Amino acid sequence: MAKRIDLKDVDIYYGAFHAVQNVNLTVTPRSVTAFIGPSGCGKSTVLRTLNRMHEEIAGARVDGEILLDGENIYDRNTDAVAVRRTIGMVFQMPNPFPTMSVRDNVVAGLKLQGVRDRKKLDEVCEASLRAANLWKEVKDRLDKPGGGLSGGQQQRLCIARAIAVEPDVLLMDEPCSALDPISTLAIEDLIADLKTEYTIVIVTHNMQQAARVSDQTGFFNLEATGKPGHLVEIDDTEKIFSNPTQQATEDYISGRFG
Amino acid sequence: MSERIDQRAPSETDSGPASSPGVPAPPPGTRRRPSSRRGETIFRSLTTGSGVLVVAAIAAIGVFLLIQAVPSLLANQADFLTFPSFNTGDPDNLAFGIRDIFLVTMFSSVFALVLAMPIALGVALFLTNYAPRALARPFAYIVDLLAAVPSIIYGLWGILVLAPAILPIAEWLNANLGWIFLFADGNLPVLSGTIFTGGVVLAVMILPIVTAVTREVFAQTPRFQIEAAKALGATRWEVIKMATLPYGRSGYIAGSMLGLGRALGETIAVLIVIRASTSPMGFSLFDGGYTFASLIASAASEFSQPLPTGAYISAGLVLFVLTFIVNALARLIAGGKVNG
Amino acid sequence: MATATDSDLDRPAAEPSTRTISASRRFKDRASTVLVTLAFLIAVVPLIWVLVTVVARGAPAIVSATWWGNSLSGILPESFGGGVYHAIYGTLIQALIATLIAVPIGIGAAIYLVEYGRGPLARTTSFMVDILAGVPSIVAALFIFAAFISILGAPQSAFMVSLALVLLMLPVVIRNTEEMLRLVPDRLRESAYALGIPKWKTILRIVLPTAFSGTVTGVMLAIARIMGETAPVLVLVGYSRAINYDPFGGNMASLPLLMYSELANPEAAGSYRIWGAALTLIIIIMIFQVGASLLSRYSAIPK
Ligand SMILES: Nc1ncnc2c1ncn2[C@@H]1O[C@H](COP(=O)(O)OP(=O)(O)O)[C@@H](O)[C@H]1O
Ligand SMILES: [Mg+2]
Repeated sequence: MAKRIDLKDVDIYYGAFHAVQNVNLTVTPRSVTAFIGPSGCGKSTVLRTLNRMHEEIAGARVDGEILLDGENIYDRNTDAVAVRRTIGMVFQMPNPFPTMSVRDNVVAGLKLQGVRDRKKLDEVCEASLRAANLWKEVKDRLDKPGGGLSGGQQQRLCIARAIAVEPDVLLMDEPCSALDPISTLAIEDLIADLKTEYTIVIVTHNMQQAARVSDQTGFFNLEATGKPGHLVEIDDTEKIFSNPTQQATEDYISGRFG
Repeated sequence: MSERIDQRAPSETDSGPASSPGVPAPPPGTRRRPSSRRGETIFRSLTTGSGVLVVAAIAAIGVFLLIQAVPSLLANQADFLTFPSFNTGDPDNLAFGIRDIFLVTMFSSVFALVLAMPIALGVALFLTNYAPRALARPFAYIVDLLAAVPSIIYGLWGILVLAPAILPIAEWLNANLGWIFLFADGNLPVLSGTIFTGGVVLAVMILPIVTAVTREVFAQTPRFQIEAAKALGATRWEVIKMATLPYGRSGYIAGSMLGLGRALGETIAVLIVIRASTSPMGFSLFDGGYTFASLIASAASEFSQPLPTGAYISAGLVLFVLTFIVNALARLIAGGKVNG
Repeated sequence: MATATDSDLDRPAAEPSTRTISASRRFKDRASTVLVTLAFLIAVVPLIWVLVTVVARGAPAIVSATWWGNSLSGILPESFGGGVYHAIYGTLIQALIATLIAVPIGIGAAIYLVEYGRGPLARTTSFMVDILAGVPSIVAALFIFAAFISILGAPQSAFMVSLALVLLMLPVVIRNTEEMLRLVPDRLRESAYALGIPKWKTILRIVLPTAFSGTVTGVMLAIARIMGETAPVLVLVGYSRAINYDPFGGNMASLPLLMYSELANPEAAGSYRIWGAALTLIIIIMIFQVGASLLSRYSAIPK
C-alpha cells in the first residue's frame, strides 16, 4: 500500500517565474510529513507536483525527478491520470461534487473509473466513511446532497472520497484552514488513524498542527518575494521544533520571523 | 483569467511516440491505461470538431453564397454597385444593382440607431444607477422581453397600429421641415409605410440588444472609480460622468454596432412595414423601397431559375459581408468587455 | 445617494457651506434622473403596446373551439372556422429538430472553448461565434438554400428550415453554455482529477451536471428565439393549409408562415387568424421564457 516518495533536484516554474528551487527530500511510507513555511514560499506548489496536479496550470513546468517507490512519475510512459489514482489529494476548501449525494460523492472516483458492482460500491462507501470518522454522522443521509453537510463534515467527506480509490499516498493542502477548531481536531485525529495505512504529506500554516500530527517536518522559506522558495531543512518533527539545525527555522518556529 | 487552470488534458501532457506498439508493455502501477487515453482523445476531438464546425459554417456561408452569386453577376447587364433597380424577370437579360437597396438599408438602419441609441443609454443608466436595487433586475428583464417578441409581430404592429399613430408626426415633419432632404416628399403616395415608419419599428427591435450590452458594461465600472468620484463629493450624475461613461463608452458603442447589425439584417418586419416603390430612392426618410433582407424575402417564392436566384443571393452576400464587418468592429471596439 | 452628504451622521448638524451643492449641480442631477427614467418608460411603452394589441386582437381567435385542434384544410379564406394546430405542429417540430442538432454541437463547442481551447484556433472559434450571432436569419436561410437546395438538389422541406435555425441557435447555446461552464469552480475539476478521473469524464460527469440547469435555461431561451423566425420558412419551405407530419418532405405550415400568408387574405377572417396566430406564438414563446427563468433558479453551482 503505502509508498515512499523521493524528490531529487526538483525545480518548479510557472512560465518564466522560478517558484521553487532545488528541493531534495524523502517521504517514508506510513508516516506523516508536514510542510511549513511562510505563505508564498511554494509549499502548495511542491505538493501539487507530487501528483502532477501542477500540470493543470498553464505554463507550469517541473525539472528534476520525483520518484514513487523508485519509479519516476514524470516518466513519459507514465500517465498523469494513473499517477493521481495512486496519489490522492485533499484541498483547502471542502468541495463535494454539488450534483451528487453523500454516497455518490464517496464512490465517485470508483464509479467514474468504471466500477459498476453495486455491492462493492456500497462496501467501499461504508468503509471509507468509517475510515474518515464520518459514518455515524451520515449513515442515515447517504442519499442527501453532499453539499448539505457542515464544513467539517464536508472536508471529511472529501477525505473519504479520496481514500475510496485506495491511493498509496494522500496529499493534503491546508485541509483545516477553512474549518472551526472542533472540526480541525476531528481531522487531526483522522490523520493519526490514516497514517497506519497511508503515506501522508500535509501542508499547514499552523505550526502546532504540524507538531501534533507529523512525524517529519520540512521548513520552506524564501529570501524575498519574487525569489524562488526553497527547502531550508527537513527532519524529525521533534528535532525541528526543539533543536533545528538552521537559524532560519529556529526564527520561524519561535515566531521571530519577519 | 490569468490564473485559470490550464485546459490541457492531464493525459495529453506526455503524449509522444510512446503510444506506438513497438514499445514494451509498461509495468503495472502508474503506467497509462489505453482505454482512458482513447476516451480522452475521442472526446477532445469531438468537442474541438464542434468548435471547428462553427468556423467552417461561417466560411461555408461566404463560399456557397459566392459560388451561387458569381454566374448571375457575370450575366448581369447592369452595374451591380450603381444600378438602382433589380430586374430579374427575364433570366436572359438580368439587370440588377444594389444602389437603392443599399441606400434604403442604410437609411432605415441608421435612422433606427439614431432613435435607439439615446433611449438605450438612458435605460442602461437607469437600470445600473437609478432604479431601486430590488427592481433593477425585473426592470432589466422587461426590457429584455422586447427581444422575445417575434419580428413578424413587430411588423404587423408596425404597419397596422404604429404607422397610423405616428402619421401625424410624419406629416408635421414633412410640412414644416420638408426643406431638409431627409423630410422631403418621398417616392410613396403616402407618409405611412416609409423608411421613417420602418426605422421607428427597427429602433424598438434593436433597443434590447443595445441596452443589454451597454447595461452590462456600465455595471462593470470598477468600484474604486465610483468611490473615488463619490469621495470628491460628486452627485449621482457627476459620478456617471466621471466614472461610468468613460469606462462604458466603448461598450455602448459596441452595443450600438451590434444593434446596427441587427437592423441591417432584419427581414420580415421591414418587408411588412416599408412599402415597395416603383420610383427610385431620393434620400428622404419618407421614401419606400426594399432593404437587402426584405428584397430577398420578397422574391423567395420565385427562387426557381438559377440565374435570377443567384442575383438575390449576390444581394445576400453583400448583406453577409456588411453584417460581418459591423459585428467584427463591435467586437474589436468592445475589447474584452462584451460577450455576445 | 442623490447627494454627497447623506451618510455623514457624525458631522455637525449645521453643514459647512462648502458641503452644500450649488443650484446648477443639483439641477443637472435632477434633470438626469428625470431623463433616464423617461427613457425607461419610453422603452416599456412599445412592449406593453404590442402585447396589448396582440392579446386584444388575438383573443377572439384562440378561444374558438376549433383553434387548437383543427387545421385550415378546406376552410375558405373568408370563413372564421378552422384552427392552427398544423402550424403549431410545424413550429414545434422545426424547433425540435433544430434543437436536437444544435445542442450537442453547441455544448461541444462550448466545452472546447472553456476546457480545451488555447491559441489561435480557439480565438478564431470564439470570434466566429460572435460573427454567427450577427448573421441575419435571411442570410442563414439563403445559405441553406444555396448549399442544400441549389447545389445538392434537396427538396424544400421543414428539415431545411431546421438546418437554418441550427445556425441561429448555435451562438446562443454556445455563449450560454460557455458562461455556465466558466461558473463551475476549478476546485471541482481539480478534485476530480485528484481522484484519478480522466479529464473527459470529469467534464461529462462532474462539470456538465453542475452546469446543467443553466445550460438548459440557455437552450430554452434559444428555442424561444428561433420559434418566431420567419425568414427561413419563407425561403425554405412552402406553406400548407393542412397538417403535414413529415419534416423531410412537402409543404408545412408554421405560425409565422401562416401569419405571412394570411397577410395576403383581404377578408376579415385573414386578420382574425393573423392576430390569433400571433397570440398563439407569443403564448408558446412565453411558456419557454418562463420555463427558462424558473429553471435558472435551480443552480447546482457552489458559491
Ligand atoms: N497558478 C500560478 N501561476 C503563477 N504563479 C503561481 C501560481 N500559483 C502559485 N504561484 C506562485 O508561486 C509561489 C508559491 O506559491 P504557493 O505554492 O501557493 O505558496 P504557499 O502554498 O507556500 O503559500 C508564489 O510566489 C505564487 O505567487
Ligand atoms: Mg498554499
